[in-house]
Amino acid sequence: MTADLNSYLFVGAVLFVCGVVCMATKRNGIGVLMGVELVLNGANVNFVAFARYTDLGLDGQVFSLFVIVLAAAEAAVALAIALNFYNNHLTIDVDRANKLKG
Amino acid sequence: MNGESFLFTVFALATCLGAIAVVFSQTVVRMAFWLVISLGSTAALFFLAKADFVGAAQLLIYVGGTLVLLVFGVMLTASGPYLKIITSPGEIIMGSCVGLLFLFVVFASLDGVKWREPSVAAMATGNPVVATGNTLRPIGLSFLGSRPDQDLISDGDDLTPGYLLPFEIVSVHLLVVLIGAAYLARAKRRPVGSG
Repeated sequence: MTADLNSYLFVGAVLFVCGVVCMATKRNGIGVLMGVELVLNGANVNFVAFARYTDLGLDGQVFSLFVIVLAAAEAAVALAIALNFYNNHLTIDVDRANKLKG
Repeated sequence: MNGESFLFTVFALATCLGAIAVVFSQTVVRMAFWLVISLGSTAALFFLAKADFVGAAQLLIYVGGTLVLLVFGVMLTASGPYLKIITSPGEIIMGSCVGLLFLFVVFASLDGVKWREPSVAAMATGNPVVATGNTLRPIGLSFLGSRPDQDLISDGDDLTPGYLLPFEIVSVHLLVVLIGAAYLARAKRRPVGSG
């Protein structure tokens, strides 16, 4: 396996699909968060690969930095929501969050 | 197989297997461990792709910051260190099947695309920043709003805009988000009977 553009894109695709499956199947709220992190990392791998192997240049790396910062912000808020949910329900099973169900 | 290909293979395999192990682990602590493996190997892939600043930021922010946050979340929300909220085997099998199909679709479409090669002019003048991997100063300058890496290889008179405004927006966004998270996460009241 040589390090060319398509190899990086395949790695990004594997990360993305694993993240989506993780988000869909985990019932633990923090597990869902880890799925989101995997998806964002797949996007980052794609950005960096395009910055390296096409003439996108530095823009891809700058965008992956933005993605990293926004992922950190998202993790902070989501964990605060998870803690709040745990304070009220004593569990973080996402299936128990059905108060708003119509 | 030269050294770069070997390293790429090793770290790509570690990234993919770590991600797959995150999906199939049942306890949160093991998921966090495999996530460390996967994200650290992704940082190594960034270093291999000559994006040293992004790789360092990935190590510092993700592996150092976000994962510590996640582990604190596990500690604060679990009654024991090996909390199990079991996904039923049927759901795992169905999720794996859908995931494999999705992966096949993505791979097939990636394989079918012919990406545009780097233009000959850019290769000749050699966008030197990305080729050598010395990206720290250009990234800092682009956050300050000037793009010498683009201006030196373009032949027009107009300057390429940088990323000053998005940088400011994301800074304020991060500040607001962290204050909001601290406000949300403080202990207001305990439900009756929790001690």
